Amino acid sequence: MATDATAEAGKSAGLPQLDFTTWPNQIFWLLVTLVVIYLVLSKVALPRIGAVLAERKGTITNDLAAAEELRQKAVEAERAFNEALATARAEAAKIVAAAKADIQKDLDAATAKADAEIAAKAADSEGKIAEIRAGALEAVEAVAKDTARELVTALGGSADARAVTAAVSARLKG
Amino acid sequence: MATGTEEHGGEAGGLAIHPMDQFIVKPLFRDIEPGTCVPADGITEGCVKWYEVTNVTLWMGIAVLVLIGLFVLSTRHRGIVPSRLQSVAELFYGFIHNMVEEVTGHEGAKFFPYVMTLFMFIFLANILGLIPMSFTTTSHIAVTAVLAMMVFLTVTLVGFWRKGIGFLSMFWVSSAPLILRPVLAVIEVISYFVRPLSHSIRLGGNLMAGHAVIKVFAGFAGVMGVASIVPIAGIAAVYGLEVLVAAVQAYVFTILTCVYLRDAVGDAHH
Repeated sequence: MATDATAEAGKSAGLPQLDFTTWPNQIFWLLVTLVVIYLVLSKVALPRIGAVLAERKGTITNDLAAAEELRQKAVEAERAFNEALATARAEAAKIVAAAKADIQKDLDAATAKADAEIAAKAADSEGKIAEIRAGALEAVEAVAKDTARELVTALGGSADARAVTAAVSARLKG
Repeated sequence: MATGTEEHGGEAGGLAIHPMDQFIVKPLFRDIEPGTCVPADGITEGCVKWYEVTNVTLWMGIAVLVLIGLFVLSTRHRGIVPSRLQSVAELFYGFIHNMVEEVTGHEGAKFFPYVMTLFMFIFLANILGLIPMSFTTTSHIAVTAVLAMMVFLTVTLVGFWRKGIGFLSMFWVSSAPLILRPVLAVIEVISYFVRPLSHSIRLGGNLMAGHAVIKVFAGFAGVMGVASIVPIAGIAAVYGLEVLVAAVQAYVFTILTCVYLRDAVGDAHH
């Protein structure tokens, strides 16, 4: 019992850390643990995590590159669109100008034709008017001669048809 | 960090606080009779055998399982968009990978799995040790000393293998005046050999002290009645600090490993 007591006392008083009888056990299990941890980490975990991180980095880089590419494409598309728009506008302007020119030509032709017709009609009408006027003058002369003869007769004179006519003609010319 | 009292009925009564009992290495499947392990007297049947399954085995095994869950199961989908656990695993990966690359340089990158092993083991053991009733494997000098010696031997062997006898030039401070160089060389050599000691005791001591303090507070809380609110508040505060210490000590151990590795693989900065 004396040894028990001293051993117990020694065990309680001393640090368990300095109980060297337990060291082989601790060191053995520590080495087993470290070997297991090393194998798990170096064979499985670390390559896997490294691959995941590399893959993630690659994915992000690829996505950024793809986004940049798409942006370039969008810019390109916008440029092409603007170009097409400008071309279409120019084309439209050209067509409008051509149509305008065509219409102008037709209009000019029609105007010229109408002018010519108007001129012809005017000339025709002028001829007719002149004719009518001439007709009217003759009628005036005849009416004047008739009237003069009637007047001479009514006044009691004997109307010499030739003399009256000559007199009226002289007056009309006068 | 056991908060219950352990079997010490045979001892004298009074304020029975045993803050160090939480660090005792015990076999899982048998009880050890007190006094059956006194190697000096030739009594060894009560000693813990080197191959025996102990609480050390249990908690190191739990650390391995957590590691597998965190790093293997969570990453099995290899998600481009990570799940929560996978992003935690990636966080650790990125953190240690950057540390190795920045501190040891590009040459040190092939030590990444090695450094990652050290960091994850220490970090998980520290954090798991904060679970009440658990056993903190990294609070034992046996464990931290082996870790530190592994780093020391790796640095020394890799240094001589890569640089040959030129590795010794790190002790010869060429930027100092010639007359001081032998003195500085002696100091450098001593500091080089003290490295594993400080490296291991810094880690083990920090964890042991914090856990012992919590246990002392817990002992007071058990006998103070209503006033035990004070030690309980103390436990909460120290526990918060211990969470910080658990992470920081894992970080410190790892970054020092990287700094030492730089001596072996990088250009000497002395």
